Amino acid sequence: MEPLLEFPNHVVLVFAAMAVGFGVGPLLLARIWALTFSPAKPGKEKCSNYECGLASSGDPGGNQNIHYYLYAIVFLVFDVESIFLIPFAAAYTGLSLGALLTMAVFLLLLAEGLVWAWLKGVLTWR
Amino acid sequence: MSSSLNPSSDLRAQGVVVTSIQDLYNWGRKNSVWPLQFGLACCAIEMIASTMARYDMARFGSEVFRPSPRQADLMIVSGTVTKKMVPQIVRLYNQMAEPKYVIAMGACAISGGPFKQGYNVLKGIDRYIPVDVHIPGCPPRPEALIHALMTLQEKIGNQSLTGEGRPRHLRADAPSEFPIPKQGSHDVEPPFNPDVWKAPRVPVRG
Repeated sequence: MEPLLEFPNHVVLVFAAMAVGFGVGPLLLARIWALTFSPAKPGKEKCSNYECGLASSGDPGGNQNIHYYLYAIVFLVFDVESIFLIPFAAAYTGLSLGALLTMAVFLLLLAEGLVWAWLKGVLTWR
Repeated sequence: MSSSLNPSSDLRAQGVVVTSIQDLYNWGRKNSVWPLQFGLACCAIEMIASTMARYDMARFGSEVFRPSPRQADLMIVSGTVTKKMVPQIVRLYNQMAEPKYVIAMGACAISGGPFKQGYNVLKGIDRYIPVDVHIPGCPPRPEALIHALMTLQEKIGNQSLTGEGRPRHLRADAPSEFPIPKQGSHDVEPPFNPDVWKAPRVPVRG
């Protein structure tokens, strides 16, 4: 087998240098331009949040609680369970005792999640 | 200057273009003036028309109306500026990145126009922000807006990069944002920005 010498390593280095230069070069030029000619002038109003011209109110970095974890848990219970249950049912007669016990623990954990979601009232349509 | 003393034209005859950084910078800037996408009143309809195929402002590199002030170079104040709207306009202007320019489009934006005597109408947006080009008309036709854009391009093309006469965005001491007026009990307060606008005085003939 021939060694991979037809694509020598220094070409990769040249490409890497070009890639970095392509990214850093314009940023460097912009920095030099700002230092030479055009001074940066940030300000309180200039850097404030864009709210279509209105002054922004409240904290934009606040907690946005969308209860996504409930959807994630119910999705796991119903979707992942069915994915595992179909092969489990297809191979049920040929399974060893260990596999049956593992599957029982798995189903128990998921059923526990279902019971928890049920008690929490997630399944009630509002 | 005769052509023999001007290396630029000699080289140009040979097909070589020579330019200065200042000219290159101005050329790039004046042909990519992106306006802020906002309209105030009926003038905005003419502004919209001037971007459409019949008048085609894209020919001048200004078709990209930006929905965010961070990406806009030009504010076209297109229409009646009510006093309720003044703080928002000044705030939007403040939020634009330098270099930024303003075209006051139409009689209302430059002076209050037909609503000048109205209690709720600002008598010209140049009381709060520096205006580069004023367009009269009620409303100005798209040709007038395009002429204003060409006037602005000419102005940008003549700006110097260094020296005393350089424009505001190149001066470290010149402000980049202007005070936002507040709604008072009877009027916006202050009624104008004294750093930007001074009441015109009619000379008294003695």
